[in-house]
Amino acid sequence: MSELRQRLLVLHLHTPDLNSGVVAWALYDGTGQKRYTTGDSEAPPYDSVVEAMQDGWRVIQFPQQFPAYPGMEYHTSYLRFEYILEKLEKI
Amino acid sequence: MIDKKYLLNTEQMANFVADGYLRFDELIPSELNEAAHAEMEEGIIVRGRGGTVLDEVWDDESAVGKVFRLPEVQGIIHSLVGENPLYDHHAVHIVRPQNNIGQIWHADAIIDLRMHFDIQFFYFSHDTPREMGGTMILPGSHYRRVCETDIARYQNFLGQLPITCNAGTLFVVHHGMWHCAQPNLTDRTRYMFKLRLNPTVRQCQLWNTDDIDTPGIHGALGRNHRWYGNDVRLEIVNRIKQWRFLIGDDSFDIGYWLSRLENMPENAQDAA
Repeated sequence: MSELRQRLLVLHLHTPDLNSGVVAWALYDGTGQKRYTTGDSEAPPYDSVVEAMQDGWRVIQFPQQFPAYPGMEYHTSYLRFEYILEKLEKI
Repeated sequence: MIDKKYLLNTEQMANFVADGYLRFDELIPSELNEAAHAEMEEGIIVRGRGGTVLDEVWDDESAVGKVFRLPEVQGIIHSLVGENPLYDHHAVHIVRPQNNIGQIWHADAIIDLRMHFDIQFFYFSHDTPREMGGTMILPGSHYRRVCETDIARYQNFLGQLPITCNAGTLFVVHHGMWHCAQPNLTDRTRYMFKLRLNPTVRQCQLWNTDDIDTPGIHGALGRNHRWYGNDVRLEIVNRIKQWRFLIGDDSFDIGYWLSRLENMPENAQDAA
């Protein structure tokens, strides 16, 4: 069995530009070392996705962009520019 | 009829529309806080049936009933949902000592398409420092269309607001507010009393409108919350629509945002 485990970093950006600022963030740790939770930090771990990439995080999911459905042009819901990144760590 | 001095003013209403909440620090007197705290500890607060007139839920001996009959609290209720709202439900939120995991982010409803809105009171009967929680809210999240815990993947946002306060503090929030209970790292149990109310009258100019033309309204309604990112202008459109509903004026606008979109001339230009 592999000794590598995944850590996930979810960054929500101001715009789809990977250099734009982080407005929300979450961490999930598959190594079992740490349990992150709501409201556990006041500042994001990185200022942008590119900055996280420079620290070794690999982008594994881009947000797809769709035009607004008719009638929903002015509705807001989830944060739209969500990037998921990973690091693999030995345990 | 409630004395006008207890009603919210227009600026407070604009802040409620922009932020989704208002806070009233140490509004409730100490003796009522202690009595309400005791009722929560003992688990003796009567539970009403959804849709009951609020005034019929708790008798005159109930400490919680006395809290919500205070003229200052009645003024808040009257301004937002009218003088005889319906009791929807209440809940005593309890976070046990040394609980180091926060509740997941959620809104308290399924997707709600109404322009009419319910309010929820968050009442803190005892001091609530950060190490005790309290409830985290996300200002400006109330017009987002989400279903309950759909937002549970999120953990932190720029501008999130942990409610830390002294005893007797009351928050009133729009029903769509995103929130979550925070860890309680103390050795004491934390209580928060939540009460949801439904309007029974059209929510139009129910507050003290003496300052309805105050210029500060536009600044408040155009406020940015940093977590919006590129969606801030869409949120302002949501607020313009809500404000039009509240003041009964479909021509109200901020920064020409809706007027521009509503400009669809149909008249033919006369030939020269």
